[in-house]
Amino acid sequence: MDVLVIGAGPAGMAAAHAARAAGATVRVLDASDGTGGQYWRHLPASRPAARERVLHHQWDRYRRLHQSLQSDPGVTVSLEAHVWAIGQDDAGLTVHVSHGDVDGTGQRTETLRPQRLVLATGAHDRTLPVPGWTLPGVVTAGAAQALAKGERLAIGERVVVAGSGPFLLPVTASLLQAGASVVGVHEAARPRRLAREWLARPWELVGTTHKVSELAGYARHQVRSRVPYRTGSAVVRIHGEGRVEGVTVADVDDRWQPVAGTESEVSCDAVCLGHGFVPRLELAIAAGCGLTDQRFVAVDAHQRTTVAGVLAAGELTQIGGVDLALAEGEIAGWVAGGGDPSAAHLSHARRARSRFRRFADRIEAAHGIGPGWTRWLDDDTVVCRCEEVGYGTLTRVASDTSSVGLRSLKLTTRAGLGLCQGRVCGRTVETILSAASGRGSVPFADHTSTDRRPIAVPVRVGDLARPASPDVPSPSRKDPA
Amino acid sequence: MRAIVVGAGIVGAACARSLARAGVDVLVLERGAAVGGTSAACEGNLLVSDKTPGPELDLSLLAADRWATVAAELHEELGAAFPSVEYERKGGLVVSTTADGADALRAFAATQRTAGVDAQDVDTAGALALEPYLTRDVTAGVLYPQDAQVQPVTAAEALLASARHAGAIVLTETEVVGAVRSTDGRLIGVSTPAGDHGGDVVVNAAGPWAGDVARRLGVHLPVLPRRGMVLVTTRMPHRVLHKVYDADYVGATQSADADLQTSTVVESTAAGTVLIGSSRQRVGFDDRLDVEVVREIAAKSLRIFPFLTSASVLRTYGGFRPYMPDHLPLVGADPRLPGLFHVTGHEGAGIGLSVPSADLLHALVTGSAAPLDPAAFAVDRPTLAPYLEEAS
Repeated sequence: MDVLVIGAGPAGMAAAHAARAAGATVRVLDASDGTGGQYWRHLPASRPAARERVLHHQWDRYRRLHQSLQSDPGVTVSLEAHVWAIGQDDAGLTVHVSHGDVDGTGQRTETLRPQRLVLATGAHDRTLPVPGWTLPGVVTAGAAQALAKGERLAIGERVVVAGSGPFLLPVTASLLQAGASVVGVHEAARPRRLAREWLARPWELVGTTHKVSELAGYARHQVRSRVPYRTGSAVVRIHGEGRVEGVTVADVDDRWQPVAGTESEVSCDAVCLGHGFVPRLELAIAAGCGLTDQRFVAVDAHQRTTVAGVLAAGELTQIGGVDLALAEGEIAGWVAGGGDPSAAHLSHARRARSRFRRFADRIEAAHGIGPGWTRWLDDDTVVCRCEEVGYGTLTRVASDTSSVGLRSLKLTTRAGLGLCQGRVCGRTVETILSAASGRGSVPFADHTSTDRRPIAVPVRVGDLARPASPDVPSPSRKDPA
Repeated sequence: MRAIVVGAGIVGAACARSLARAGVDVLVLERGAAVGGTSAACEGNLLVSDKTPGPELDLSLLAADRWATVAAELHEELGAAFPSVEYERKGGLVVSTTADGADALRAFAATQRTAGVDAQDVDTAGALALEPYLTRDVTAGVLYPQDAQVQPVTAAEALLASARHAGAIVLTETEVVGAVRSTDGRLIGVSTPAGDHGGDVVVNAAGPWAGDVARRLGVHLPVLPRRGMVLVTTRMPHRVLHKVYDADYVGATQSADADLQTSTVVESTAAGTVLIGSSRQRVGFDDRLDVEVVREIAAKSLRIFPFLTSASVLRTYGGFRPYMPDHLPLVGADPRLPGLFHVTGHEGAGIGLSVPSADLLHALVTGSAAPLDPAAFAVDRPTLAPYLEEAS
């Protein structure tokens, strides 16, 4: 194996394909039971659906990539392969993998020493806490989308969608397709900001028209379905006895602070919340890759990170969606596979990359989280769900200890110490503790972050105790989707 | 009197509290964030079980008494809303799994009893009654009721908060870069990038970095880091009731060997996680994850608790323990630089020993009666002399 690709979403698949084209042998690891990542999540092969093409943007691209990787003896795809740690020693990087169902026992572990590594670990969705958000019937936008795409299930009959960003539109479309009635979509960004970012510099949108028309298509669909779409609006409280019965929505200002007196109640049986995405940085950090100020993996024009032999592509470098991920994956894979970085055939990917990066910048500028949202929290609003740590505990402990170190604050409050390892609450905990300890946007004094997870996924003591098999590829499981 | 304490880990926090409560004006200077180094990457041991008779055991016996008092004082002073220090005198159980190990363990416990340790021999059935999930291979056990545990981060933060209440000022992100000396050579303060701070005494409580602080102040101090790693599992029902050690743990704590050593220490925390330790390794300040160490700790833990095979490791704590070449803590005035005191070198025992070490420092600084003979912990003790001379 010349190139190891971690992640089989759009970026990883494009990288594997391009690395093969450059002549390298490739191993691809992915934690889930199929290729395609979060974006191309689909029904398993045992339950094929004729409508995948309707449900998935760029579905034909997925089919082509999947077939080419599957039919190529130079590519080994290992599914349900969990990278639980990346170690560094004087000889380079070691990638530690456990194989099998994550909830099962007796997993085989494997240690790889890749020549070159492409990180394409993607992102998970971010949800800001709201009073009542732990009630049954509240789901993240990502989970709602996964249920709709992967299981054809709607999360409720009358659904309120709230949060920020263009992802709310396809989620709403999926909910409608799965049979739900969407009571309203509440986008926190204000119309002026949306207009400023979306309508300015129209020439930059040239070449992203399919993306714009994709979003416009969702919007039209929603108009046809008579889904009210409100901007500058947020769900500030979720009500219910034992499960969701309704929400309070309110207008929010430019800083996302609720405007007093604008509250109104809406009855519903499910709430879908989505406030953007957080890159899955833990393996990049474990490998020693430098990050940008915006906390993405820093890459050069060839998608190379600050660590020799390690490249990154997709949402790790910027939240940019499938088109950017495909372009970056193609460049990263080709370069990792030993291809000439100035090769002419990459010019299409390079142009796409710059277009979609500008597009992604607009999305962040228009929909990025405002600092005023914490005003809708109560002291007893749970922030860290694994350890059940409330907003009031976080602010009180920060005040009582006067701590300016994230490590101490996490260990005194237990926020972010639970099973999800801070994936759900990490950025939110940081925001709340920074504000409570008076740091504002100044980094914590111990220069740590909730993105650091040396043990990337829990691994069983018994599996650790058995010797790992050395660099021998596992029998590959190729999913025949 | 004005004292500057350098370092806001648990030892610095305990020293600041002890001095401030005695009426000393205390300024704590911390390079980064408080409780961000060794104290935030360890188990929180208050042990007598792993100590051979001698000065460190005497200090540990003092710690066993003093922590019960201090934990109660902190709770009363800071209130129930402050995160609990989780002080629990749960007792330690050392077990052997071989016939030879049983003999060595019994002999060791006998010597400890002569030094005042409550060490109770238990047989296989007794060990299994104390710890039902223990391996059936256990050949002998010794129960140490004095062994206790705290949550080290909340304990350190509580000591620091208490010091603040007593008037101490804590400046974080303030690095000591040099000494301020009087014309006769006495240390009368420290300099930082933001300016100088004057003090009648300067207490070097910088843990494994105390050698670096000493160098900046103008003296050589042979304190070195030894890396220790602990695994943390996901939460589970309580199945480990004491602090349980494989008998070879004692050997590892007393060793000067640079190579990796691991010996098993298993305990539950109040939160429901299980801590599995630990390793000792001299690798400088290299903090990269060493997966082989993780594997070795995991494998050895199964020798005493087979049920852990299905437990999931969620996190690791990798920290640097400060040790002196003669493996004794350092608490005392530095005769080479009047005005300077060191409190460091506690290796893996610093959480427990922080409080009695602070008591001792307080006695030395204020000239009051010391709780035990300070000579064994002094900078000019004979066993340390070769290492002080070596570099000068």
